[in-house]
Amino acid sequence: MTTSQQPIDGTEVAPVGALAVLRRGLLVTPELRSGWLVVVFLGMSVAAGRLIIPVLIQRSLDQGVLGPDGTKPSVVLVGAVIVLIVVIMAALLSWYSQRLLIQRAELAIAGLRTRTFRHIHDLSIADHNQTQRGTLLARVTSDAEALARFATWGMLSWIIQPMIIVGSFVVLAAYSWQLAIIAFICYLPVMPILRFIQRRQFRAHRELRTSVSTLLSGFSETITGAAVIRSYGAEDRALSVLQQSNQHRYRAALLTNGYQATVSVVGDVFGAIALAAVLVVGVTQRVEWGISSGELIACLFLTTLLHEPFAELGETLGDSQEAAAGWDKILGLLDQEPDVSETTSGRDLPSGPLSVHADELWFAYRNSEPVLRDVSVVLPAGSSVAIVGETGSGKTTFANLLCRLADPTQGTLYLAETPLTSVSHESRLASVRMVPQDGFLFDTTVRENIRYGRTGASDDQILASIERLDLTSWVARLPQGLDTRVGQRGESLSVGERQLVALARAALADPGLLVLDEATSAVDPETDRALSKAIGVLASSRTVVSVAHRLSTAESADIILVFDDGRIVEQGHHDELVKANGRYSKLHQAWLGATR
Amino acid sequence: MQDRSTLRRGLRHVGSMVAGHPLPFTFAVTGAAVFAAGTVGATVVLGRITDDVVIKSFETGVDPTSDALLGAVAAIAAIAVLRAAGVVTRRFFAAMTSERVQRGFRGDLATHYVRLPMSWHQGTPAGELLAHADSDTTVASHVLHPLPFSVGVTLLVFFSAISLIIVDPPLALVGFLIFPAMGVLNRIYSRKIEDPAARVQASVGWVSTIAHESIDGALVVKTLGRTEAEVERFGEAVGQLRSDRVEVGFLRAGFDAALGALPSIGIVFVIVVGVYRVDAGAVTPGELVQVASLFTVLAFPMRVFGFFLESLPPSLVAHSRIRKVLDLPLAEPPSAGISPAAGPLGVTIDDVSFSYPDGFNVLSNIDVVIAPGEVLAVVGSSGAGKSTLATLIAGLVPVTTGQILLGETVLNNIDPQERSTALAYVFQEPYLFADTIRANIELNREVSASELSRALETAQASDFISEMPSGVDTVVGERGVTLSGGQRQRVALTRALVRRPRLIVLDDATSAVDTVVEQRILDRLRSDFEATMVIVAQRLSTIRLADRVLFLRDGKVAGLDSHASLLSNDHYARLVSAYEEAEA
Repeated sequence: MTTSQQPIDGTEVAPVGALAVLRRGLLVTPELRSGWLVVVFLGMSVAAGRLIIPVLIQRSLDQGVLGPDGTKPSVVLVGAVIVLIVVIMAALLSWYSQRLLIQRAELAIAGLRTRTFRHIHDLSIADHNQTQRGTLLARVTSDAEALARFATWGMLSWIIQPMIIVGSFVVLAAYSWQLAIIAFICYLPVMPILRFIQRRQFRAHRELRTSVSTLLSGFSETITGAAVIRSYGAEDRALSVLQQSNQHRYRAALLTNGYQATVSVVGDVFGAIALAAVLVVGVTQRVEWGISSGELIACLFLTTLLHEPFAELGETLGDSQEAAAGWDKILGLLDQEPDVSETTSGRDLPSGPLSVHADELWFAYRNSEPVLRDVSVVLPAGSSVAIVGETGSGKTTFANLLCRLADPTQGTLYLAETPLTSVSHESRLASVRMVPQDGFLFDTTVRENIRYGRTGASDDQILASIERLDLTSWVARLPQGLDTRVGQRGESLSVGERQLVALARAALADPGLLVLDEATSAVDPETDRALSKAIGVLASSRTVVSVAHRLSTAESADIILVFDDGRIVEQGHHDELVKANGRYSKLHQAWLGATR
Repeated sequence: MQDRSTLRRGLRHVGSMVAGHPLPFTFAVTGAAVFAAGTVGATVVLGRITDDVVIKSFETGVDPTSDALLGAVAAIAAIAVLRAAGVVTRRFFAAMTSERVQRGFRGDLATHYVRLPMSWHQGTPAGELLAHADSDTTVASHVLHPLPFSVGVTLLVFFSAISLIIVDPPLALVGFLIFPAMGVLNRIYSRKIEDPAARVQASVGWVSTIAHESIDGALVVKTLGRTEAEVERFGEAVGQLRSDRVEVGFLRAGFDAALGALPSIGIVFVIVVGVYRVDAGAVTPGELVQVASLFTVLAFPMRVFGFFLESLPPSLVAHSRIRKVLDLPLAEPPSAGISPAAGPLGVTIDDVSFSYPDGFNVLSNIDVVIAPGEVLAVVGSSGAGKSTLATLIAGLVPVTTGQILLGETVLNNIDPQERSTALAYVFQEPYLFADTIRANIELNREVSASELSRALETAQASDFISEMPSGVDTVVGERGVTLSGGQRQRVALTRALVRRPRLIVLDDATSAVDTVVEQRILDRLRSDFEATMVIVAQRLSTIRLADRVLFLRDGKVAGLDSHASLLSNDHYARLVSAYEEAEA
């Protein structure tokens, strides 16, 4: 329930600024880069619609009201019509370009989300085991949501407001470059101050994202571990852990909002200073700098207008920080290189049973102690092989290497004399199949779960593989036959039944090498018999390597590999190994003693 | 009129969320009111400065006095301070209100997730429950961020109207045309956005559900080479979410553009009318500037008001999704103690039947009395109802008809805390939390070192644990992935034993353990623990150990006797010989 180490959540990356995240983010999100022209267009049209107003005020005052000839309504009317047209045109343009931008941004986020999801699946099982599921889940859900929220709320501000700011200064300078410089100088400190607060805010937001991940992991455990919590009366403990991370999240959120509140008034304060300065200097210097009253009023108007974009930027800064923090976490995950790199263009494995040749294999997970030490073995095509040994002896790791769930850190593994690393992804998937110990099924029907064995398999093919494995009577006993829903993770079926589904899946694929991880453990005899029969059928036309939990599996195997401390210490047929009086024979003796 | 009812429902919903946190909300609204006053004040100051300082000095050709300038600067400063204070107060306390509401939702959800019955969990996808705790709470309370500002906007419009009427009623008339136009625009927008916004929320939940399942089953996805198919499945959900979002975005683009243009159009009319009014001497140029700037400062607050109206429908949807969980009644846990208060617990299963909600019948009319201290093996082929019976005895799932007594007390009436102390149920597939082995064993109680080592010894877990880098303080991965199946089972068994239960239910709880080790475990259990034991068994060695065997067939009792006597039953003999075969 506490947080274990999380190498994949991006927290170990040195703290970076939001700008650095933006730069990196744009690199991995090509959909966003191509939209800059639309962005400029959008900003310009909105700015034009906004800035024409002070110009109208100036012209109306100078030429329509306060001019030498007194009031001239015609000048004002003409001006008003022109401005009206400009305002409406600008609105239409901004409407159109904003649509384009939203389309593009949503496309980008959907793309990034899907790529991140794929990346999660590309990471090795070892990486998955080292990371909390809630953390991985948060990357494609809440972190991506933060980014999406930003795309609809904050992003437009970052495009439009700077344009309005620049445009305001340009119009201001057109009236009086001196006043423009004064206003500019007054606003100058805004940037370093915003940057100062923003850096802290960014850190606070990262803290918030982390607390969200932790909270989600906590919720995930409370939900998936519901049965244990109830039967051991651990409700209070589970609740207190959750309440604690809930409170932590609340604190983190308040901190980010505190910064946010401060940030949003910086523009206001300096806007007031600028307004006062423009007023005082403009009034006293009006004759020397040749400024008309309408122009000075327009300048004052523009200076007041200036603080609005700053305020609006402040409003959206929070969302932006949150998005940047989420983006940063996603980028951190994408930076984690998958330790198995797939080749699409590799060689194909031959059809039919595959031979296995392990040549001096070593394996260690990311710089920890080796789990396999110098394993060499040759397994002929079509043989049935049992791997025995204690937990931690390396037998499961060896099985994982056969399916390329990981690559050996040293040495080479050959299937049908082809190095496994140079076999194409498609060919390997078709020819090598694993029935994992954890019989995870998807929350759908038995039929659909079997169909996962081969993409596009027909109902007839599914029925045929069930018949071939002699599982027809088992299916008939299910409440709705093949259409029985298996529940979340397949938990409506027993472990053995889940393995039957997994075997039917494997039969559908018809691989040349089948790897069974403790396939016959924890099963009632009836299902066990069905399993043995199914495995027997499967073994008749392919190489089968079983991580054996029961010695009965070993007895019937052609070859037994006995693992100990990462090495193969004995190998051979059951009878030979029993006679040899080594480790296997001891295991066997103990087992016999237990049953009789 | 659906719009009105949505608005009314929305306001009621917002009211109910705010009601729990009146203090921060009051501060936030006060801040917003101060801001509104300051904003209108700023336009008045700008108008006065135009007339009294700028135009005066141009007309007279005399520089304004330093007093006049100082006064102007002081007014600008005062307004700025007022507005800044208003903004900071509003923002911080609005956030506090919203975050407190979120914390409240999450806390209540946590309580419900922990307290709702097991049967509810089995029928609800985990991804959806996670989405409630994550995005639904955020969305439900997000509306509270713009809320105080929106209250402020109402005041702003009110102050603006007053200041307009003071300046010039005919000019005010122009303003009064613009305000309703903005209001109507907001209403049209919030009505149009309602359905798409609800769809976005539903899509978010769907994306979360798929991601959760897929990441959970990562190993199977990998070994089946289903990555592409899973990415496609996920991509489809994401694509749906994207198109829903784009629809919302398009609506917003129209709204933004229209709402941005409206104040500008208003200013144009103000200036046209205003010029005539200035000419007529009814309005000064400064007042004209004041009204014009009033319209420009209105644009942004009106947008925020739009945000508020816009986030109202999704907030309602998200809230109703949360409510679906929170409105489920949490039954007051029963409070009866168990009698007798000590010693091994007998179990009386009295005419118990169980069927699933869909009518599928698992157990019918089971009648068994288990004596205190007895070891009962439950045997039957798969689907016979063994595990179901075990979960019924453990009180995890309620019986459909009949009743179960622990000792002399009806199981349903027993205080769950008391039940979990007296009874230990060990699952075939143990669930371990991503925590230390010790924490997984202790869960919610203090366990003495001697108690812990005794339980570890019995469960045959001390050897492999002592070989681990930090012993019992080693952290196991999520669901205990860093341990083997047999090791997980032994840790789970230890967890049961440290509680010194009076009744132990083992649901195939040692199936992944080596036969030799299993034998040792069962021997130690019999000799060291004074407890009644119900063992769902699949190994002959275990069955032989039991005092009596309950033989289940198709959900009915097909025999209840010693192993030797039951052998005369054909079905039983056949099943047991199958076990023998499987083991040989």
